[in-house]
Order: sequence, then structure tokens, then C-alpha cells
Amino acid sequence: MYDTIVELTVRNHPGVMSQITGLFARRNFNLEGILCRPEGDGGLSRMRLMIYTDERTEQLVKQLSKLYDVISVSIRQDRGPSRYRQLFEECWD
Amino acid sequence: MEMNGAQLIVKLLERQGIKIIWGIPGGATLPLYDALYQSPIRHILTRHEQGAGFMAQGMARTTGKAAVCTATSGPGATNLITALADAHLDSVPMVAITGQVPTALMGTDAFQEVDTYGLTLPVTKHNFLVKAAADLLTVIPEAFRIAESGRPGPVVVDVPKDVQTQKVRFGQWPEPGVPGPVRWRDNGVLERMAQMIRQSKRPMFYVGGGVVASGGADLLRSASQKNGIPVVSTLMGLGAMAYDDPLFLGMLGMHGTPVANLAMARADLIIALGIRFDDRVTGKMEAFCADAAVIHVDVDESEIGKIRNASLGVCGDAATVLTKILPRMDTFTREGWHGEIASLKSPTPAAAEIKNPFHPSGIIRYIGNRAPEDAIVATDVGQHQMWTAQAYPVRHPRSLLMSGGLGTMGFGVPVAMGAAFANPHKKIVCITGDGSFLMNLQELATLAEHELNITIVLMDNGHLGLVRQQQEMFYSNHVFASKFTRSPDFSAIAQGFGIRAWDAGINGSNRSAIDEALAFQGPSLVVVPIDGTTNVYPMVPPGASNLEMIQEA
Ligand SMILES: Cc1ncc(C[n+]2csc(CCOP(=O)(O)OP(=O)(O)O)c2C)c(N)n1
Repeated sequence: MYDTIVELTVRNHPGVMSQITGLFARRNFNLEGILCRPEGDGGLSRMRLMIYTDERTEQLVKQLSKLYDVISVSIRQDRGPSRYRQLFEECWD
Repeated sequence: MEMNGAQLIVKLLERQGIKIIWGIPGGATLPLYDALYQSPIRHILTRHEQGAGFMAQGMARTTGKAAVCTATSGPGATNLITALADAHLDSVPMVAITGQVPTALMGTDAFQEVDTYGLTLPVTKHNFLVKAAADLLTVIPEAFRIAESGRPGPVVVDVPKDVQTQKVRFGQWPEPGVPGPVRWRDNGVLERMAQMIRQSKRPMFYVGGGVVASGGADLLRSASQKNGIPVVSTLMGLGAMAYDDPLFLGMLGMHGTPVANLAMARADLIIALGIRFDDRVTGKMEAFCADAAVIHVDVDESEIGKIRNASLGVCGDAATVLTKILPRMDTFTREGWHGEIASLKSPTPAAAEIKNPFHPSGIIRYIGNRAPEDAIVATDVGQHQMWTAQAYPVRHPRSLLMSGGLGTMGFGVPVAMGAAFANPHKKIVCITGDGSFLMNLQELATLAEHELNITIVLMDNGHLGLVRQQQEMFYSNHVFASKFTRSPDFSAIAQGFGIRAWDAGINGSNRSAIDEALAFQGPSLVVVPIDGTTNVYPMVPPGASNLEMIQEA
């Protein structure tokens, strides 16, 4: 089940996506979807990552928090995957 | 003030207190080298960038401060990667400054262009690609702050050539980067920790590199003595307790002492300080201290619960936590527990080897006893490394330098050199093997040039010994690609570089050669031909429980 949304505030620069996806790849975490957009003057971005919930979610949050480019990490319980999928549909056409 | 990016980097390094940097120049770092030309910073020209990276590590591992190396774009940067990955896995603070092709050429497959940012991302604590010279004012101090804060690690700063030549105007120098404040939240964990220690009948300290890195060795000894808690150590933690401390049971894990592994299995409380439950240490995880409660103390919160769930996780560095827990610990002797451990200490073959003057372990103990008390020893990777971990009389933290996490052959010579640059008044001993020695051989030229006080002890077994051992033990003695059918004349090679060499005779029978090499002030090599079929014992087979120790052939 992809039922967890991880919300990140990150420094916005061309390498930041590699920092995030690189962590998922090398630590063998799953990543099912990404939404990202710049915030304010563009110095920061907000990212929403859709993941399968498993016993490693807590470890994932800790690892994400360690990244220099990650300013904050939270799990959005109020924004379920259905909202997320809906957003995807809207972006797709 | 006005200057170009390269001058800015160099001035910021000076302000950071950097006295020495290791590297090799190239097209993309020529502006940087032009700025270094006018700087009091001493540049050491190595013969390979991996050597530069490991020399910086030698300084960082012995001082705890971030050390600096540099390389040009493309092959210069790729050559650094092994040293960066090694520093990353062993949490060694360093800052690597790499040149990059001019921004206008980036992404065009320009000459000597490689994606240094992408390549170094997974093997560094953090990396920067600097797009404007003015950014250096924040990036350079940040790089040092990141490298030295919390759990230390390597940081790469990739600087395109045009950024190095770009002029910057600025009013004020930024403050040098310093490690951030130690994060600490008590919320009752100390009281809970003290209570668990009080209730425990058979506690053990399981200590690692985090104790050494945080400067917690003295505190560990105090805590261990005060509450009668025996200590076992990982490879990276060796030196936190003196080898002959009555409360120290030695290294645990794959090639650990039997008593360390046996005592861990009987403990009811494991106080894990600055360790990460590495597989070489735990053996089969499900069988590792299965019945014990675990207090896991680490400065890196993500280590807590990463491999083994902790009964109590304490996020803080080992020294801080020990300082805070000491006054809450009772004075205890724990005679019963010590008696039980004493009964586990049967005479083992490995212990007998240390007493045998012609066994590699005995030779290494001899060297350790002959070298000055404050000598620093670096090793390469293989059997000689494990024998050193078991037999070298390590007395002080930061005096034993080993590639723990990455296990990098070629580590020994350049790390010993970095240690010598950082500790010019100390004797440095490098214990290496005939396989590893050849992996950074070119640095003998740098060594001879700087006349560093290093004695290289080459345990020459004509094999990639640790590989041969595993083939013998676990692959039906299919010794393949691990025996050298022909070996070079190592003494002649050293002499060719201008380094004095001795031959210690078969199994080190000619002790005076060892003595003379150690007494020599300056670079020296002593070749110790040893038997090609000797194995390291005890050995826990990979993936087996730590109680399944193979004790002898
Ligand atoms: C760069 C690198 N390549 C391969 C290995 C795998 N490996 C581990 S130990 C070893 C043998 C080392 O031989 P030597 O330096 O002669 O030491 P010995 O085991 O004989 O004491 C090898 C090949 C490694 N650790 N590092």
C-alpha cells in the first residue's frame, strides 16, 4: 500500500533532486511518486513523496533529516494517497 | 575587498587555520594553485590523488580536525573517490576541493569533465557545486562546519574554473566554520539509563569509533571502573581503552577475542556507545546478544534502531552522555560478573600466537613493544591488519589508524604519511601486506621527499592472505587469484625511491633488522617474510553467530 506522504522543505538548487532520490536508491527505500514546487522567492522547494509504509519509514525520516539540503521533514497523515493520485491525474492531461 | 574565487578559497582556508593541503594540480585547478603560490599554506604534492585523500585522512584521524585535499576535474576527482568513500564510512572529517570545467562547458562532455557532484554525492556527508565566486564566502566555512559537526564526515566543494577566476567584492570576512553545538535533549533518558545500569547484573560496554571521535576515552575508563562494567571494542574503537586494562576484553566480532564474544552473549545489558552494529561485529544479527537489553548511544540519530532496536535510544555523542551519566552511576565492583567472565577466559590459540615470537601476531606485539610508547600505527587491509588489531599494544585513542568500514587496501602508507605530517615529533609505524603495499606505492616518492619518520613493516606472505584464507576455509581450498607467483624485490624498490630497507629474515628471525628500522629517524622499510599459509584465528564464518568461532586449523 502506498499510504504515506512524506513532506519535505528543501533548499532549491539543481542538485537537490539527486540528493533526495540518491538517498532512496542507496539505502534501498521505496519511492512511488514525487511532487515538487518552488516556494516563495525560489530559495526553497516543497516536496511531497509518496511511499509504501513499512517498518523502515521511521529510518527513512531520520535519514532524510540528516541531509544538509533538507530543512524539514514531516509525515502528512491528513493528505492521503488518494488526494495525491487525484493530483497526478490532473497534471497528466 | 576584491579578489578572485581562487584567492578567496585560499584566504578562507587560511582563516580556517589550515596549514597544509595535499593534492595534484591540473588544468581546472590552475587558478587555485596560483593563489596557493602566494599563500603560507604548505602544499604537499602527492603522486596520486588517492594518496592526497588518504594523507588528509591521516591528519584528520589523528587530530580530529577536518583536513584538506585537492584535485583537478575529471580523473583527478575520480581518483579521490576511494579516499572519500573511506572517510565517509569511518566518519572522518575532511574537505576536498575539486576543480571543474568552466560553467559554460559543463554538460558538454568537455575535456576532463566528469560529474563530480553526482559521483561524490553518495560517498560524502555533503557536497557543493559552486556556481558563483561570492557563494564561496558561505560554502567554505559551511564545508568545515558540516565536516566537523555531529558525526564527522567528508565534504566536497566542486569549483568550476571560471568561478575560480571570477572577481568578488565583499565587505567582511565570514567567521570560520566551527562544529555546531552538541545536540542534547534529556527528556528523562539519563534517569532511565542510570536505572537500567543499576538493575543490570551483567552489563557490558560495547564501544566504537564514536567514543574516540568524541574524545570520550578517559570518561569511558572512569565509567567502566566506577561501576565495574567490562568493555569490548570494535575495530574503530580500539585505543579507547588501553589494551592491557583489566576491564578491557578486547575486540569483538569476526576476528575478535573469544572472551569478548562469549561475554557479550551472557550480558543482560549492552551499553552501545558510538557503534553501528556492523555485520563484521555482530555476526548473525538474530543471534547477537539476543537476550540482552540495549542502550544505544549515538550522535547520529539514524543509527539508533537502524539495525537493532534499542530498549533505550540516547541521541548524543558518547563523551557528552558519559559525562552526564557518570555522576548518576553507583560505585560497584560486580565481582560475580567478573568471576563469570574470568571463567570464560580459557587459554586460546590466538593468545598463544601473541607469545610466539615467530608468529605474525608475536612479531607485531614485538614491534609494538619496541616502538615508542606514543607511536602511531597505521595498517593496510588483510590478515596483517587483523593480527595488528589483535596483538598490537594500543595504548591511546587515535593511535591506531585502520580502514574499518571500507576496508581499503592501499590505505596504510598515505595515512601513515598524513599522520606523520600532523605529528612530526612522533614515530609512525605502518604495518602492511605485500598486496596492499603495492596499491599506493607511488607515495614512497612523496615519503622520501619529505623524509617523514615512518617505519613501514611489510608482512610478506606472497599472497592476498585474507582472501586465500577464506578460499581455504570456505571454498574447499580453491586458492585462486590470491597467490603471487612472482614477487618484486621490495627492498630494492624502496631503495630505488631513496628509502632505507632492511630484511628481517624468515618469520622475523633477524630481530636486529626490525630494531634498526624502528630506531632509524626517517623513512624506513623492513620486509618480514612470513609463512604463506598462516590463518587469522579465531574466525567467525561470515553470516554465522559470534559463538561459532573457529579457533584453529
Ligand atoms: C582495494 C581493495 N581491493 C580488494 C580488496 C579485497 N581484499 C581484502 S584483504 C585482501 C588481501 C590483502 O593482501 P595483503 O595486503 O597482502 O595482506 P594479507 O592479507 O596478506 O596480510 C584483498 C584482496 C580490498 N580489501 N581492497
